[in-house]
Amino acid sequence: MSDVAAVVREETPFHRFVHEFAESKLAVAGFVVVAIIAFLAVFASVIAPQNPYDLAQLDIMDGRLPPGSVSADGLTFWLGTDDQGRDMLSGILYGLRISLTVGAGSAIIAGIIGSALGLTAAYVGGKIETGIMRLVDLQLSFPAILVALMILAFLGKGVLNVTLALVIVEWARYARTARGAALVERRREYIEAAECLALPRWRVLFRHLLPNCMPPLIVIGTIQIARAITLEATLSFLGLGVPITEPSLGLLIANGYQYMLSGKYWISFYPGIALLVTIVAINLVGDQLRDVLNPRLRR
Amino acid sequence: MTTWLFRRLIQALFVILAMTVIVFLGVNVIGDPVEILISPDADQAERARAIIALGLDKPLWQQYLIFLQGALHGDLGRSFVFNEPALRLIGQRMPATMELAVTAVLLSIVLGIPLGLYAGLYPDSILGRSAMAGSILGFSLPTFWVGLMFIMVFAVELGWLPSTGRGATAAFLGVQWSFLTRDGLAHMAMPALNLSLGNIALVLRLTRAGVRENLPMDYVRFARAKGLSPARVVFVHVMKNILIPIVTVIGLEFGSTIAFSVVTESVFAWPGMGKLIIDSINVLDRPVIVAYLMMIVFLFIVINLIVDLLYTALDPRVRLESRQ
Repeated sequence: MSDVAAVVREETPFHRFVHEFAESKLAVAGFVVVAIIAFLAVFASVIAPQNPYDLAQLDIMDGRLPPGSVSADGLTFWLGTDDQGRDMLSGILYGLRISLTVGAGSAIIAGIIGSALGLTAAYVGGKIETGIMRLVDLQLSFPAILVALMILAFLGKGVLNVTLALVIVEWARYARTARGAALVERRREYIEAAECLALPRWRVLFRHLLPNCMPPLIVIGTIQIARAITLEATLSFLGLGVPITEPSLGLLIANGYQYMLSGKYWISFYPGIALLVTIVAINLVGDQLRDVLNPRLRR
Repeated sequence: MTTWLFRRLIQALFVILAMTVIVFLGVNVIGDPVEILISPDADQAERARAIIALGLDKPLWQQYLIFLQGALHGDLGRSFVFNEPALRLIGQRMPATMELAVTAVLLSIVLGIPLGLYAGLYPDSILGRSAMAGSILGFSLPTFWVGLMFIMVFAVELGWLPSTGRGATAAFLGVQWSFLTRDGLAHMAMPALNLSLGNIALVLRLTRAGVRENLPMDYVRFARAKGLSPARVVFVHVMKNILIPIVTVIGLEFGSTIAFSVVTESVFAWPGMGKLIIDSINVLDRPVIVAYLMMIVFLFIVINLIVDLLYTALDPRVRLESRQ
């Protein structure tokens, strides 16, 4: 009896998806790490031993202590302190929060804009399609860092400006993917059926076409989040990204740069490790999603 | 072919024109040039005089035409910081960047293709597997952080290589180059490797995929059946077929290598145009920002054009398609 239940459960698409995803141990590990990192970032203010932006809690005498040092009031700095006497562990937890918000936020906004434009291009066709795709081609012929640099040179730094720059950099890739998927799907019978029912165009577009174009968009979205986090860190490292009052991982690394040459490695090293683990974990999940959701690789 | 080239050239011209509009609007509309150009201590009369002198009282389209006219004459304004023509300033820094970018691209060819061939021929070997695993890291690792780690390990801990700067240079064709002196080469080793890591990974993966794809094909079997040596089959027959995508990608990546040198140059204090643009953005040196952006856009369009031409020359199928 229980065997039958198990077989029936395996039949649902979601369970098959979970089952196939779990075939790669590495991807499952990546997913667990991403979940832990997201948890740490959300609850940073509860978990962190110190509020790194509350000046009352900082003591300049604790500045640049190596990992494992203990402050005068008994707080252990497991990852050392920066030049302001800030606990690096707390700084990293708060930094993760900003990095993830900017990265995931920009990827999601760009995903919505890009997919909408890509779907419209495929569904409407004609001049609108040519126009949108020309813009996509033009945008993708320049490297992301250059476009982001240009936008931030105009706008100046700030969390919102960086997010906007990342959205402008990223939307084109979603548009291209969405159009590619939609061109295949729109010839299917269910679209024809929906059109025969005289449903309004936007309804066919977003209720019928979009859900069937989702798999490749989800894959691109995952990888784009990792790319956005890297790009944000790079821009912040260059001093063009987030302001000093809201330091992301990239800015934490930049702050430690000058102490590197005198052997105080931990100020840059640990935020870098946090960044690295985040990016690699997201990429592992993305790689496996690509294999599982790609119909061509369906076993 | 001629029509195609002509059409591509016209297209490139339009893109350049569009980019001048974007850069001009970006700098002049979003940032207020009056705020940037005129000292905040100036009184009303001084301000008014300066606005007229800079032509800021004219309508925007007229200002744009003046800017365009200047750009065509190679005049993109003078740097506020260095008080030198912005274009000349960038021209001075360009050899350093080019030297770094070319070395990085060469490194990616010299390391990426052999490793990729090996990983493609022996996918289950330890070296093949670790090359593939390493290439994932090459994509995932943020360039700037790897650069910092290089400095920490090779300059601070081991003391093998100098941490920053360009080192001694020697003149060749009237330009100073680092690759001609021992000291210069030592200074260039870390930045060049840092800049090329992503490209090495890319070339490695492309080569490996190409080899894996081509080995089971009939022409390889035929070449083997003819009794050709395995080396000839791989290095002549297979190589010819996998080089097309690799050449295209290396060509396209040359542009982004120049763009990414912004990061590497900042980490290693390499005095190229990338470091200049970051410094200029931080002090709002507007003419240099504009000149850099125009220059790099121009460079990119030229590179894209050359890659397109190369592609047509290498792959007869593209030529046939454009003829139809």
